[in-house]
Amino acid sequence: MLRASLREVSAALKEGHVSPTELCQRCLALIKSTKFLNAYITVVEETALKQAEESEKRYRTGQPLGVLDGIPVAVKDNFSTAGIETTCASEMLKGYIPPYSATVVQKLLDQGAVLLGKTNLDEFAMGSGSTDGVFGPVRNPWSYSRQYKEKLVPKSHPEDEDSNWVITGGSSGGSAAAVSSFTCFAALGSDTGGSTRNPAAHCGVVGLKPTYGLISRHGLIPLVNSMDVPGILTRCVDDAAVVLGSLAGHDPKDSTTVQDSFKPFELPNLTDVSKLSIGIPKEYHAPGLSSEILALWSKAADLFKNAGANVIEVSLPHTRYSIVCYHVLCTAEVASNMARFDGLEYGHRSDMNKSTESMYAATRREGFNDVVRGRILSGNYFLLKQNYENYFVKAQKVRRLIANDFMKVFRSGVDILLTPTTLSDAVPYTEFIKEDNRTRSAQDDILTQAVNMAGLPAISVPTALSERGLPVGLQFIGRSFQEKQLLTVAKWFEKQVKFPMIELEEVKRHDHGVFQHQKSASFS
Amino acid sequence: MAAAARGCGGVWCRVWQCGAGGSAPRGQCSVAGSARSAAVPAGKSGLAPWVPVVGLEIHAQISSNSKLFSGSQVQFAAPPNSVVSFFDASLPGTLPVINRRCVEAAVMTGLALNCSINKRSLFDRKHYFYADLPAGYQITQQRVPIAVNGTLSYSLCTDNKMSQMVTKTVRIKQIQLEQDSGKSLHDDTRSQTLVDLNRAGVGLMEVVMEPDMCCGEEAAAAVRELQLILQTLGSSHAVMAEGQLRVDANVSVHHPGEPYGVRTEVKNINSIRFLAKAVDHEIQRQIEELENGGTVLNETRAFDSKLGCTVPMRDKEGKQDYRFMPEPNLPPLILYDTKSLPANMNHQQVVNIDWIHERLPDLPSVKRAKLVEQYGILPEHSFTLLNEDGLTEFFENVVKHTQMKPKKVIGWILNDLLSYLNQHSLTVKESPVSSSILADLLNLLERKEISSTAAKQVLVELWKGEGKTPLEIVKEKKLELIQDQEALEQICQAVIDGQENEVIMMVEGSLCSTAVCGTKKGVKMVFFFSPVDWHLSCRASIGAVKLLLSDYQPFLLLSYFTKCFCRN
Repeated sequence: MLRASLREVSAALKEGHVSPTELCQRCLALIKSTKFLNAYITVVEETALKQAEESEKRYRTGQPLGVLDGIPVAVKDNFSTAGIETTCASEMLKGYIPPYSATVVQKLLDQGAVLLGKTNLDEFAMGSGSTDGVFGPVRNPWSYSRQYKEKLVPKSHPEDEDSNWVITGGSSGGSAAAVSSFTCFAALGSDTGGSTRNPAAHCGVVGLKPTYGLISRHGLIPLVNSMDVPGILTRCVDDAAVVLGSLAGHDPKDSTTVQDSFKPFELPNLTDVSKLSIGIPKEYHAPGLSSEILALWSKAADLFKNAGANVIEVSLPHTRYSIVCYHVLCTAEVASNMARFDGLEYGHRSDMNKSTESMYAATRREGFNDVVRGRILSGNYFLLKQNYENYFVKAQKVRRLIANDFMKVFRSGVDILLTPTTLSDAVPYTEFIKEDNRTRSAQDDILTQAVNMAGLPAISVPTALSERGLPVGLQFIGRSFQEKQLLTVAKWFEKQVKFPMIELEEVKRHDHGVFQHQKSASFS
Repeated sequence: MAAAARGCGGVWCRVWQCGAGGSAPRGQCSVAGSARSAAVPAGKSGLAPWVPVVGLEIHAQISSNSKLFSGSQVQFAAPPNSVVSFFDASLPGTLPVINRRCVEAAVMTGLALNCSINKRSLFDRKHYFYADLPAGYQITQQRVPIAVNGTLSYSLCTDNKMSQMVTKTVRIKQIQLEQDSGKSLHDDTRSQTLVDLNRAGVGLMEVVMEPDMCCGEEAAAAVRELQLILQTLGSSHAVMAEGQLRVDANVSVHHPGEPYGVRTEVKNINSIRFLAKAVDHEIQRQIEELENGGTVLNETRAFDSKLGCTVPMRDKEGKQDYRFMPEPNLPPLILYDTKSLPANMNHQQVVNIDWIHERLPDLPSVKRAKLVEQYGILPEHSFTLLNEDGLTEFFENVVKHTQMKPKKVIGWILNDLLSYLNQHSLTVKESPVSSSILADLLNLLERKEISSTAAKQVLVELWKGEGKTPLEIVKEKKLELIQDQEALEQICQAVIDGQENEVIMMVEGSLCSTAVCGTKKGVKMVFFFSPVDWHLSCRASIGAVKLLLSDYQPFLLLSYFTKCFCRN
């Protein structure tokens, strides 16, 4: 039952094959037995069961609130949740219990969804591995799959049994792992430079980044306001469409959401792709792209070509400036957004009380990790009066050029762009932490980041397993607010590739010892 | 020093003050008090005169039910931290949503100040760390403000009496919308800072005036006019004492023909009177500093109202870099006019500049002109009427309910009502005498039922606010005019017969200056009238007594002058 898709389980609930409470209990049990994945920061067992009970009453009286009623979901821990600790995986917000819920969270709850808990991430969503949070790294469930284990080459140090686990990608790694390990049916992530699509690709789930302005950001603790969007992680494209339908639309609390009303849609089963024009941007053949992924990418292009679609190579010439441009814009907004964490109104406050200034300094020194502090410093540097024109304004101009690249391509008649989501499959944690966060983010965001600059919708669809038995995802990029077309194409593709289901056999074996080890690793 | 500021005409000059030593001239600033127009030629003193330059930055709190970007209430003197939304406390994840009312207030103000309204304006973040700024930045309009390039005309007197007025114009650089901060209360004994966020996020209009003024009095007059405009529009209560209007003054001095000097910013000015004082003190200070070979630092200074001078503000941080950045959570603020208004747009959702323009109330300058035209009062009286909140309405109500001519009514309003209110520090609204009661009183006077002296007596009773009508008081105190000719004659006769000396003393005591020209015809009446009037306790009409006493004129005059000359 837990392996079903959201729509399937929703049908089962409706038909009474399973009760919301039962479903909730089974998810909670699985969360416990997969605790070593470190996917959740907070599990709210009690309130989840209460919500499930409420849902059950509704089903009993034949008045469920909709498809989401009784569906267990998880939410990334950078969404504000009333009464539930919201930490952003930072010392700064440990113990912070918000008095209000993010609009997207409220919408889920209003439609009867059962909130199981808050998922792990990189501190304040700054990272691409879900390894840099104060609660330690998230482990990719595929590390414990039969598919991965079988292909694992015995290491020279067999005693180091635990060194093979791979990262989830990030920063929404907790949400991706939660969906991938069947502990919930859908999860919210956030996507600023690829934070939903990247872990989705690494964890073999669908990761949707909607158009900027389609879904409310109210209550999403910001990384880069002008690029952040709530992301949706599900097991299949249809499920993503369901969740999108329940979240999208204008929010009076977020002035950057579009005024037009959003009509939820069901995805048609595309039979004919011959009228489609699929663009293959050549710049996405980036340095460091693994040959394996390159091969999968062209295989996918061939798939469309063979089905009659018009597949053409296109150019997005400014893509290569995207990362450096992102670095300036992101750090500048981070410097600004993080200014509120001063220890006065909420969150961590240092004991230092010599002066207000020294209290601020100590609070922020203690509350933020090196990554956050580094970004604050560089952001403030870029915003200095003498640097603003040279860095921030230039970066904004480059951003415009990048957005124009996409516009030109779409105007030329291309419907959807097809690209890889990541350069390679997930790497082992021990490999990953050899590079610093900045270098890794710069590498990992390269294929996903430009989309955020342009505000376009994009989706990562699990495509195949790599030679190492790990998931690989490909990315589809659509026109602004054309989610339906994007998801329809993604659904067709999903159906063709028949991505295998994760076979988690040894969940229990890793229950205890592993968890302790991971705790120490997180502070390395 | 305050005197030095008065009547400033654009140029301050140095006067020679010969000290005891006499040789070294010590520069002391004064003003070409009467020389309103031109700079005093440098040659006259041997040194170039100083030209002070004053610009103002004025923060006006927008009068609105809720804050600029949040739904919490705007309420003066509410219990600490009782009107604070999640956004105001900068809880992570909260977003700003612009308050339409605040936008309209700014557009209104912009139009009233002859600004061009930007149909597309932008919001920016201005960063600094302070306990009462919870987000660590203020949302303001640094790059493209809502209104630009306006003018404000204001008038000020050229002398102490309100009889000669000149009108001047200051350019308005821009009006920007921005958030107010909270308040920090420093408890030095316990070395604590307490933060009240009630004010955090309240909408402000920052009005930036170009440095077109040159003395405290001009600055004060400009701010007073702006205050009246804001209050007329209702865009701000603009009460300085409640912090709804805050003025910072940028002051510098330079010699004519030279570039502007280094300027200082003077803060902590909480009344218009102090504004004039602070600016003048700062001008004086800068001139003295420069003349003593010193320099003026580009610094922020605070006005100390007790000491009457400006003092440097503690600024440990040195020069702040506010690291301005576009506010990413607010799209550009788009305004429409009737031409650009899209047809399918919900009118509740948009701000139409033309619509606001059509509904602008009469501005103070227009109101004054109308008052002068409609009621035939003097221009300076129209200023006084508008300067007191509610006085114009009071005046107009009285005029409406009385047969007395407005020109006469204004005397009662300005000389009697206003001076009484001023003496007792009351506002017009607090006046114990309402406009209708005053109208009743003036009607009694106008119908010749009482004399004007009696009317003043009635007014004295009315101030007590005992709820009696003028007529009741008149009856109670027997103040009606005596209409019986015979009775009046008797009294007059009694006066002249029996109390000659008293009559003379009375005349001398109260009217001796007039008596000097006693041969002139007009004075006769006074001579005769005053003692009788006094005797009659204001109960005879002037006309009646005058007529009666004209028979006794020669006698009295003779009697008086005899006494006068004898003494001399």
